[in-house]
Amino acid sequence: MGFFTDTSVCIGCKACEVACKEWNHVPEDGLNLLGMSYDNTGELGASTWRHVAFIEQIKRPGDAPGPGHGHPDDSGASVLTESALGEFSADGSRWLMASNVCKHCTESACLDVCPTGALMRTEFGTVVVQEDVCNGCGYCVSACPFGVIERREEDGRAWKCTLCYDRIGDGLEPACAKACPTQSIQFGPVDELRDRAQLRVDALHEAGETGARLYLEDPDDGISGGGAFFLLLDEPEVYGLPPDPVDTTRDLPRMWRHVATAAGALLVGGLIASLRRDLRP
Amino acid sequence: MSGSGGAGAGEQEAGGSGVPAAAVPALTARMRERFGVHGRGQHERDRPGGDGHGQGQAGGPPNGAGAPYGGGGRRRGHGGGRGGEQLVVPRARPDSYYGKPIIKEPVWGSPDVPGYLFLGGLAGASSVLAGFAQAAGNHKQAKASKIAAAGAIGLSGVALVADLGRPERFLNMLRVFKPTSPMSVGSWLISAFGGASAAAAACAVTGRLPKVGAAATAGAALVGPAVCTYTAALICDTAVPAWHDAHREMPYLFAGSAASAAGGLGMLVVPPEDAGQAIRFAVLGAATEMTAKSLLLKSLGDIAEPYQTGRPGKLMEVAEVLTAAGLAGAVLAGGSRTAIKLAGAALLASSALTRFGIFEAGRASARDPKYTVRPQRERLAAKAAGSVTDPPSS
Repeated sequence: MGFFTDTSVCIGCKACEVACKEWNHVPEDGLNLLGMSYDNTGELGASTWRHVAFIEQIKRPGDAPGPGHGHPDDSGASVLTESALGEFSADGSRWLMASNVCKHCTESACLDVCPTGALMRTEFGTVVVQEDVCNGCGYCVSACPFGVIERREEDGRAWKCTLCYDRIGDGLEPACAKACPTQSIQFGPVDELRDRAQLRVDALHEAGETGARLYLEDPDDGISGGGAFFLLLDEPEVYGLPPDPVDTTRDLPRMWRHVATAAGALLVGGLIASLRRDLRP
Repeated sequence: MSGSGGAGAGEQEAGGSGVPAAAVPALTARMRERFGVHGRGQHERDRPGGDGHGQGQAGGPPNGAGAPYGGGGRRRGHGGGRGGEQLVVPRARPDSYYGKPIIKEPVWGSPDVPGYLFLGGLAGASSVLAGFAQAAGNHKQAKASKIAAAGAIGLSGVALVADLGRPERFLNMLRVFKPTSPMSVGSWLISAFGGASAAAAACAVTGRLPKVGAAATAGAALVGPAVCTYTAALICDTAVPAWHDAHREMPYLFAGSAASAAGGLGMLVVPPEDAGQAIRFAVLGAATEMTAKSLLLKSLGDIAEPYQTGRPGKLMEVAEVLTAAGLAGAVLAGGSRTAIKLAGAALLASSALTRFGIFEAGRASARDPKYTVRPQRERLAAKAAGSVTDPPSS
């Protein structure tokens, strides 16, 4: 089971952030004036499991349309008839909103590197921290290619989205998806969501929103697809997402080989150093 | 919103106060330059009106002149000059959301963790030196190195437990054995090594149970090298760009640095007439360390920048000088007691500084989104060009 977050219909209401906090008893971690549009929480973290990003963009006449801004009409006027909210308005501005969340990677680095087994994969294919096992080593924090999981400093343990493990086990949908008023957050079997997402992105392309693209939906990507994936209207990094994330532990077998070779070399070095007993170097 | 933004995403409201909107980016760019924000206060610098803004309008590379990634618009064809504006560099797309980091900065504390990288290496390589010294009948060297190994790994254990968010749960490390987690493998290695090296040291100091002592010494000497080099996998198996992308060279760097430290300590504490093994071990180690370090920086390309600038850059630079001096001293010391001890101290210090430098460089590379985004962009571009079919792993 997973999430498909269609950012083209996100209205930035933050109901997902609130519902998540309420259901999961996530502590308050600042409701601040960050100077980042309507964003008060800044980023995903130990106590922000859904985060709504607000990106204000201005397109001016004369700006060459980049690959991500393929509007045929360069004057800035909207060509959209569909309900994508990512369109540039007549004055050439647009306001992108996107609800970010843990990706529940199919190849999940946080889970792989966890030395205690606190991070586990559930029967739903999601990735969850067992808070009674986590000893706060912080390895998962550095391993996550998305900067999602974080150690809660006053608590010492690592926390992140559970995809509402308790709710989905009872046949309910996660709190954020339930609260989303525009179905920007959709919950369901990942395969089904992928089909739905493809239909949506095709419809947007047809409507002229050529900047629409799916992110992490591909089972052949660097994390073998996200359990949570997205429809974005601009490049991933604009939303604070890495453009081509790769599971951190994919290189680990090679690392172990080098570690073993280096260890062997060290032993040989000790032997070479001991072949003579005199002082010459 | 003011009209000063460009097409780049993440454009923020620039005006609002009395300052003419168009002047704001230029002003912030100048302030950046003035206060040399590169390398400090990432958060201050990366507030709204971040990279794309300043770069496009004022033409001042916010990342510092001469920075490998300084040029704007390298992956976006946002054409430069429009009438009336002086665009020195092409408009750049920002690397992230309001310039915020893409990945989280490691929560591992300093000096705990870099101190452990150093002490673990010192301990592991000392046990190797102790083993071969014992085999060669060099008992002064053997005893000194056994004590060093046990002491250093003991201190490491304390530092590592203290760095946990829940120190009282440190035994959870031994709930499972996971080859996919270098930290899990390391926990088992340290446990085995700690026991063996403590037994070896205790037998050497008390003179009791010589057979047990010999077995423990041999055991520690066999596990020791892994204790030295697994820490490379520990830090490289993360999303931290300056660590991860150095995973080929880091184990050799760590092995060399560890041998250099263990040899250096031997040179420092063992009488010169018995220090031959330590000197040769240190020389081999220091030479390996220097070679691996230069290969590492070369293969990192643009991501080598955090190792060469700011605080980590300084640490690495001082370490390099000390390694070279220690290496030269060890080779040229002859029988001079002072020269041997000075060289040993220099090598010991350089090993520690190198570990702190590497640790800090990793943190710096995590803080700045450009180190995460741009290599991935280049990878995508290469993929699109057809020269790469798979992520660089397999």
